[in-house]
Amino acid sequence: MYDITGYHEADSLATIFKIIKADPKAKVIAGGTDVLVKARERKQDFIATQLIGITRIPEMQGITMAEDGTLSIGALSTFKQVEKDPLVQQYIPMLGEAVALVGGPQTRHVGTIGGNICNGATSADSAPTLFTYNAILEIHSEAGVKNVPIADFYKGAGWVDLEPGEILVRIKIAKADYEGYLGHYTKFAQRKALDIANLSCATLIKMAPDQTIADLRICFGVAAPTPIRMPQAEAFAKGQAINDATLKTIGKYCLADTNTRNSWRASKEYRDHLVQIIPARNILAALKEDQ
Amino acid sequence: MNQTIEFTLNGETMHYSVDVRQSLLELLRDELALTGTKEGCGVGECGACTVIVDGETVDSCIYLAVWADGKTLTTVEGLAAEDGSLSDVQTAYVQDGAVQCGFCIPGMVLSSTQFLEDNPTPTRPEIKRALSGNMCRCTGYQKIVDAVADVAEKRQENADIAPVKFTRHA
Amino acid sequence: MAKNNVIGKTEQRWDAIAKVKGQAKFTADFPINHKLHAKILRSTIAHGYVTAYDITEAEQMPGVVKIFLPEDLPQNKFGTAGHPWSMVPAKRDIEDRTLLTRHVRVYGDDIACVVAKTELEAIRALEKIKVTYEKYPVYLTPKAAMADNARRIHEERDNVIADTSVGYGDVAKELKAADYVIKEHFHTPMQQHVHMENQVAVAWQSEDQRWTCISSTQIPYICRRIIGQAVGIPWSQIRVQKPFIGGGFGNKQEVIIEPLVVALSMACGGRPVEMNLTREESIAYTRTRHAIDYDLAVGVNKDGSITAIDCNVYSNQGGYASHGHAIGGKGGTFINALYKTESLRYAAKTIYTNVATAGAMRGYGIPQVMFALESIMDDAAEKIGMDPIDFRIQNRRPEGFLNTLSHVQQFNFKIDKCLEKGREAFHWDEKLQDSLKYKTGSKRRGVGVAGFSYGSGTYPFGLETAGARLTLMPDASFKLMLGATEIGQGADTAFSQMAADTIGVGYDKIIRDAMSDTDIDPFDTGSYASRQTYITGFAVQEAAEKMKQKILKRASEMYDIRPEYMDIVDGNIVYSHNDQKIADLADFAMSSFYDMEHGRAIVAESSVNIHNNSYASGCTLAQVEVDIETGQIELLSVMNVHDSGKIINPILAEGQVDGGMAMGIAYGLSEGVRYNEAGKPLNNNLMDYKIPTTMDLPDLDHTFVESEDPLGPYGNKSLGENPLCSPAAAIRNAVKNATGVAINSNPLASQHVFEQLKQAHVI
Ligand SMILES: Cc1cc2nc3c(=O)[nH]c(=O)nc-3n(C[C@H](O)[C@H](O)[C@H](O)COP(=O)(O)OP(=O)(O)OC[C@H]3O[C@@H](n4cnc5c(N)ncnc54)[C@H](O)[C@@H]3O)c2cc1C
Ligand code: FES
Ligand code: FES
Repeated sequence: MYDITGYHEADSLATIFKIIKADPKAKVIAGGTDVLVKARERKQDFIATQLIGITRIPEMQGITMAEDGTLSIGALSTFKQVEKDPLVQQYIPMLGEAVALVGGPQTRHVGTIGGNICNGATSADSAPTLFTYNAILEIHSEAGVKNVPIADFYKGAGWVDLEPGEILVRIKIAKADYEGYLGHYTKFAQRKALDIANLSCATLIKMAPDQTIADLRICFGVAAPTPIRMPQAEAFAKGQAINDATLKTIGKYCLADTNTRNSWRASKEYRDHLVQIIPARNILAALKEDQ
Repeated sequence: MNQTIEFTLNGETMHYSVDVRQSLLELLRDELALTGTKEGCGVGECGACTVIVDGETVDSCIYLAVWADGKTLTTVEGLAAEDGSLSDVQTAYVQDGAVQCGFCIPGMVLSSTQFLEDNPTPTRPEIKRALSGNMCRCTGYQKIVDAVADVAEKRQENADIAPVKFTRHA
Repeated sequence: MAKNNVIGKTEQRWDAIAKVKGQAKFTADFPINHKLHAKILRSTIAHGYVTAYDITEAEQMPGVVKIFLPEDLPQNKFGTAGHPWSMVPAKRDIEDRTLLTRHVRVYGDDIACVVAKTELEAIRALEKIKVTYEKYPVYLTPKAAMADNARRIHEERDNVIADTSVGYGDVAKELKAADYVIKEHFHTPMQQHVHMENQVAVAWQSEDQRWTCISSTQIPYICRRIIGQAVGIPWSQIRVQKPFIGGGFGNKQEVIIEPLVVALSMACGGRPVEMNLTREESIAYTRTRHAIDYDLAVGVNKDGSITAIDCNVYSNQGGYASHGHAIGGKGGTFINALYKTESLRYAAKTIYTNVATAGAMRGYGIPQVMFALESIMDDAAEKIGMDPIDFRIQNRRPEGFLNTLSHVQQFNFKIDKCLEKGREAFHWDEKLQDSLKYKTGSKRRGVGVAGFSYGSGTYPFGLETAGARLTLMPDASFKLMLGATEIGQGADTAFSQMAADTIGVGYDKIIRDAMSDTDIDPFDTGSYASRQTYITGFAVQEAAEKMKQKILKRASEMYDIRPEYMDIVDGNIVYSHNDQKIADLADFAMSSFYDMEHGRAIVAESSVNIHNNSYASGCTLAQVEVDIETGQIELLSVMNVHDSGKIINPILAEGQVDGGMAMGIAYGLSEGVRYNEAGKPLNNNLMDYKIPTTMDLPDLDHTFVESEDPLGPYGNKSLGENPLCSPAAAIRNAVKNATGVAINSNPLASQHVFEQLKQAHVI
């Protein structure tokens, strides 16, 4: 038995806003794979509260492409839906590959991409990828709609820019942010399934016709309290040819840009070591997958 | 704190007033006495509580009972034919020695069953990935993966898996 | 010995159908009315004393029936190890716990208990209990707990609870005489059983005013005794029932929650009380495999002979004695079983600390000692430039060797055959060659081998008794009743095959029951030490032989033929000289019940006390690929080879080997309970405690060196625990072969490997 005080199945965004207005502490629940686990662990804010189920709200479903090529992913898309979606597979395959690494099949059948982002974990498997695609989060509230770049959304460990009554409805990726890019995601964990990343890294690369790097985007998970882009490495890479020296230097800049932590799951020394080698491996893997 | 929901469980339509605090696992085990579904962790990590909801496996321990509203559910009790004879997946588990203590088995069999619906011609790595949300401590998964591969092969050959005969106990 | 071709055949386990259908009932599946729920309040420190409780708020919580402090329940001291009771006080397990305690010795110690109407209400009330502690220093390692000024964890005895030394010859002299001396330190982790079904028990007062406890236990009879001792009532007043159990692996060879559940039911007017441990509790607060440190020295000559093995052992017992020194103290015998040496010294200490109590776990001390032994032997072979398989074969004990450390004669001991067969079947030489191609670059390959030896039961150290009862049914089926416990390993199926074979009927004529019941089934100490098919096999054999003789004697009355002229073959009574049918056994059986003149139902019973032991052996061969930049290890292929005598049922035996290998591989690569400095467990959930998923294991390969063991009841010897004794060392040796770096502490998780490679300047 979950220690909750009530459950509402919302049929529209308006219903959610109404319930939260009356009870600001009421908790939104999508797939529940974070919420219900925290409720079992008796975490504050997840017990002795009402839950509002949102999985039946129409405008939060489905993956579509607008006329201008912008991809729009409903926040309620499950990991499985994202992985299997033809648009994802064609235009942003790295996202599909990343979410295919979440938990086990059962987790992916129920867990949503919206929940993954709103949960705010630095280890979230969809986050680094969405950072490199410069995803825009479409957030609705009674006051209206705001579009927030994902990098601004993450505020700290488990802390995102979401007030009570604000709902992530869709995740958008502009054409310019995926067209011509190749990507690879590495989840560094101890097991090949049912594991949380000790470090993760999404790498998106666009090559110029002269075989130099036109654009490189790198985002790490678990290398800081939030997923984090690598501005120095990315700036350096522009115009460089891909060779050992370039890859090494990218690694060095990544070390400078990250802020890893010592924890019993992995030491700072080890994470710092991996931070320097994984982007290079990702770049090579991305280019290889293209061949 | 009850809500009345309607769902199809192992082919039967149910109207049921459920406590909203209940997990689907608790509804099945404590209310409906379907104890074939097991609990090994209660937090979505072991897969012992796997059931099929609308053609997808879920961990019923972290799935609210009210969410079953309007859905079609299959538990391990719903796999055998009406006369009690085993499905081909169940049969293969029995014949290939995939069953030891049996605690993970209901979840495993359900994951296997749904997976073979979705992917009738799987590779061995695909089978392993499909079962990666179901933990087993007895078998090392070897004979479980064998059993699933066996069913896929036999279905492709269109051959029947001989129904399990066990004169007395069957 | 096998007679009727039922032994040695793959028979389908009788319970598999119930299990795939969800019919099989485990402890939590029984409908019990008006059940109450109990939850333990667990200490949030690892060492200290509860000076005060405040339960005023908790008592007011809805649904609370009663809150129990240590003083509210019986105060008898008891031990929890699943050993047979000893008539000799000095040989008994240490009795060092009470049902609840104020004196905290481990994090999560049982300091109070709530009984409530629902589990959620119990949990809510627990959170309202306020506790004040006096804190003591926390000792996580044997070294810390053995320090001069260390506080006693139990006032009654020193932290070193046992200190023994066995061996022969002059180790110091022989080490000096050797061409080379190899000295190394090894450390093994605290593996946890992680049986998929957590501990669960329910108890109530039955109609006869006694106490019934249904529990997920490997040892119903021992459980009955320990409940009696802890609660302070005669053992006859307790009835323990064991239904299907979702794995045990030794953790349920320990009586952990049953005494408390019975005591709580008593204190709640006999109402049913259930306790269902969570996964978090089961991993952190039940039992673990002992973490053991070894200081090993081996003297080896250039010709490959071994002059000395010197071993100092420090076994981390955790907060309570449980199985105690039986585990750390055992290794010397099995070192001695494997290797010829001029001298041997095995000195072992078992030490209380403030980590989780260590108890029995599949392998019972042998996976630890084999990790150390088979690592150092590999290094010895390398030192003298000898092939590791040849080195082991050269130094094997000869057939019939009398192991003076246990007084067991090693008949039919085939480690050499295992190694030879493994070399071939695994394609060792080819894989060794293949690995040579991967000695530069980031991915390095290597192969490794390790052997082991294991006993069949506990004789001569422990009592080995078992019983069996067979009842003839009117259709010539036989009900087989045993106190032995099926815990998933398939023992029931093997016993049924044995009974069928000896009586002379088909396997499907034997009927077993999932439920073991101390009121009904013959006495047996339970499932552990890989004793069941060996020891209980003798009991089944004797009961089946008696049954057969009773049938033939009665048949002699009925058919007027001397009994010695008759036999039972394929379910018929026949002339033994030509198999000519005399009567259908089913017709006979019907008459045995209902014939006016001859009708007297037939029951045969046995109870045996076995004074022999057959040592089994085997080995693991492994090939790995090490990513030297990240420390990640990929196990490319792995094979176990087993010398376990006659294989009673091949498919079940393979299943045992698969499961044991998986556990052994994970022991080498990923598992271990971790603590912070305050002794708080860090990874007690299935996400952080890394048992393998389907995707983390390669295909598991195995083969057997089969033989008829001259002592085993059906030519069989142990197999259940054996498969996990050698994988960890084989993997460690393969990683050494791949990288040149010998890593002497498990598990070889990527960060650990990275650190070791870095230290060795490979990275
Ligand atoms: C066994 C297991 C394994 C897991 N493995 C992984 C893994 O490998 N990688 C990984 O990244 N995660 C993993 N997770 C975590 C979890 O599955 C994901 O974070 C998942 O994406 C959460 O989605 P959900 O729909 O279940 O979210 P919920 O649990 O329903 O919600 C999560 C949080 O987001 C809020 N929320 C949800 N949707 C919205 C919305 N649209 N608008 C506003 N707020 C919202 C909720 O209020 C809550 O705070 C695992 C979980 C489990 C149980
Ligand atoms: S009990 Fe549901 S996943 Fe373990
Ligand atoms: S058969 Fe025991 S856990 Fe899978």
